[in-house]
Amino acid sequence: MLWLLFFLVTAIHAELCQPDGENAFKVRLSIRTALGDKAYAWDTNEEYLFKAMVAFSMRKVPNRETTEISHVLLCNVTQRVSFWFVVTDPSKTHTLPAVEIQSAIRMNRNRINNAFFLNDQTLEFLRIPSTLAPPTDPPVPIWIIIFGVIFCIVIVATMLLILSGIQQHRRKNEGPSEMEDTEDKCENTITVENGIPCDPLDMKGGHINDAFMTEDERLTPL
Amino acid sequence: MVRLVLPNPGLEARTPSLGQLEYIEEEERSSRPKWDNKAQYMLTCVGFCVGLGNVWRFPYLCQSHGGGAFMIPFLILLVLEGIPLLYLEFAIGQRLRKGSVGVWSAIHPALKGVGIASMFVSFMVSLYYNTIIAWVMWYFFNSFQDPLPWSQCPLNANQTGYVEECARSSPVDYFWYRETLNISTSINASGSVQWWILLSLTCAWSVLYVCVIRGIETTGKAVYITSTLPYIVLTIFLIRGLTLKGATSGIVFLFTPNVTELANPVTWLDAGAQVFYSFSLAFGGLISFSSYNSVHNNCEMDSLIVSVINGFTSVYAATVVYSIIGFRATERFDDCFSTNILTLINGFDLPEGNVTQENFAEMQQWCNASDPAAYAELKFHTCDMKSFLSEGVEGTGLAFIVFTEAITKMPLSPLWAVLFFIMLFCLGLSSMFGNMEGVLIPLQDLNVLPRKWPKELLTGLICLGTYLIAFIFTLNSGQYWLSLLDSYAGSIPLLIIAFFEMFSVVYVYGVDRFNRDIEFMIGHKPNLFWQVMWRVVSPLLMLVIFLFFLVIEVNEDLIYSVWDPAYEEFPKSKKVKYPPWVYAVVVLVAGVPCLIIPGFAVYKLIRNRCRRRGDRQGLVSAPSSASVNGDLRS
Repeated sequence: MLWLLFFLVTAIHAELCQPDGENAFKVRLSIRTALGDKAYAWDTNEEYLFKAMVAFSMRKVPNRETTEISHVLLCNVTQRVSFWFVVTDPSKTHTLPAVEIQSAIRMNRNRINNAFFLNDQTLEFLRIPSTLAPPTDPPVPIWIIIFGVIFCIVIVATMLLILSGIQQHRRKNEGPSEMEDTEDKCENTITVENGIPCDPLDMKGGHINDAFMTEDERLTPL
Repeated sequence: MVRLVLPNPGLEARTPSLGQLEYIEEEERSSRPKWDNKAQYMLTCVGFCVGLGNVWRFPYLCQSHGGGAFMIPFLILLVLEGIPLLYLEFAIGQRLRKGSVGVWSAIHPALKGVGIASMFVSFMVSLYYNTIIAWVMWYFFNSFQDPLPWSQCPLNANQTGYVEECARSSPVDYFWYRETLNISTSINASGSVQWWILLSLTCAWSVLYVCVIRGIETTGKAVYITSTLPYIVLTIFLIRGLTLKGATSGIVFLFTPNVTELANPVTWLDAGAQVFYSFSLAFGGLISFSSYNSVHNNCEMDSLIVSVINGFTSVYAATVVYSIIGFRATERFDDCFSTNILTLINGFDLPEGNVTQENFAEMQQWCNASDPAAYAELKFHTCDMKSFLSEGVEGTGLAFIVFTEAITKMPLSPLWAVLFFIMLFCLGLSSMFGNMEGVLIPLQDLNVLPRKWPKELLTGLICLGTYLIAFIFTLNSGQYWLSLLDSYAGSIPLLIIAFFEMFSVVYVYGVDRFNRDIEFMIGHKPNLFWQVMWRVVSPLLMLVIFLFFLVIEVNEDLIYSVWDPAYEEFPKSKKVKYPPWVYAVVVLVAGVPCLIIPGFAVYKLIRNRCRRRGDRQGLVSAPSSASVNGDLRS
């Protein structure tokens, strides 16, 4: 009698969980890709954890708080590590609708991934799309900050160069006018005529007109 | 030996005699700008010659024309064409001590058109070249974040997947075409000004203005950084590149010689064009820079050094670029293969690790044998290393798509991105110095701008004017305009100007006179090699390249590539014919500088005729300096 019951139960289970069955989802794990040397082997204990995580997700759905681990059925486990699973109702006669399972898994995807040290790409639920993490947008785009910094430096440099240019210009213009002022003040000045300094109040006897002296040397020889 | 010299009356009066040169140099010491030291001059010339083309044009040409075998035409034409022209420009600038317009009008008044054409071409090139620098700056600003913005696609509106355009092409393509250029689908669809590009353009022009504000006084300081930094960055990238997986396959691919390419005339044509454009000849900038030298500067040595450095930089940059491209190609190949392996093990539920790159083929056979029906449903990609290595690797595609993608795959990506874009920025900026010099000095010589105005104001006005015109490149169709100008403004006119330059110096100025000048300046006459090059070989080469170009361009339909998401073969670019009004633009941009040369000569001829009719002879202009007591003149 017991044997008959056992066969009946497994038969029902077998019917409920079928590849491409109604409300069945295929799961694919790529443990070696994700963890490399630290990859763990997929055994019945891991399967138990998986069932627990799915049950946990379902218990968060209103009206499904009574889901137990035994309600989650796995089948067709392959070496790839891929398998199909369904979630049955408490009476274990029919499977829960795919939409509910889908939303439950999506809400808790992160917890499920973390339990297995995997991510959305290495623990795949086919037909359950993952919500992509939105990129973190800083309030001010970084490029504007860098642009602002460089532009300010350039503006400051331009101002400095223009101002120093104006200063140099003024110094050049004031140079000759400064000379005229000091001549009026009659300080120690030497009047210069034709590039030859001449001293109008020269007290030396015997005025030597420098202009004529040097002119001799400048004339070309005949 | 061809001893043809055209009659050139009044040449003595227009140019300072050899004896006067040293005296003039003394006199001009305070008024005319000059180099602080030889290093500044060399760095400026090297910076002008070494530009973006060395990094993104030469490696492509090298690889597509037979790899290592391309060195042969390149080096031959470097020696036959590049070095003689460079020496000629340096020597004539140093001798006549004027900018391009001054030099050509001193040789013969009717040749002023050559200088004006140089100025026009320099102006056109400045317009679009600084826009490329603006794009480089935009990428530079965006490099200070991790992850880099071009490493992942943005999410679509309801966050279920990536933006469609990005998912179909790639994150780097999307960032370049959409988030940077926001490109339209044709040159007709102008769209509006993209404000972020406008900001980058403003920044680029302001930086340029700061550097050229007082002419070579400020650029001479700036080149210490802008000319040396690219070499440092290239070396860093070389070291980094060689430690990456797959780098050697890239370098091998680049230099594998294919000697049969040497029989293809297009190879020689491309080599000649590359040498010519790489030396920034005929822009007028080099003549200007050389004119600030002292009279006895050894310009022969300078031209040899600059040429060697330029050639070496091209090869060095090609090595670096292809090591990184090899890395990227290997990564892509591995990714492609992994996808195929995944397809196989997912389809047949095989354990991971059973299928590797080595046994993939036999596993495929095994699977096919075990379940042909299921196997037939699997779709595999073709992974071809060679096609990955030769993907779109020239021009902006290399810098902004291929290289940026390679950078995202390296650890510490933001650092490499910042370094790479600083290098491109310095390369571009140092070339812009020469371009601006080629625009500013002729405008001064033509007395378009009053000489009394301070230099800061003059450079400011020119920068502002060019900046405002460059707004056209910030539109949605800006990149199409840029490619248009790049193809036609910076190509044919330069060849013609260079030909006329050689012709003028050798046959109008007189090569004998030129030889005597050089003997005075550097101490020995140019030897037989230079004579043969200047008189016959180089002008002939210019003519041949020009004719070839003309034949090829005229035969081709004017087509361009557009980025059109609606195209069936997207993400491939769609080839579209230019609208008819573009032909007018091409004629304007390429034809005007070429026609200015004969046009000005005709204009001068007519003016002389009219003057002679009115029986008024123009006074012979001779340099005179006021002297009260009769300064001795030698």
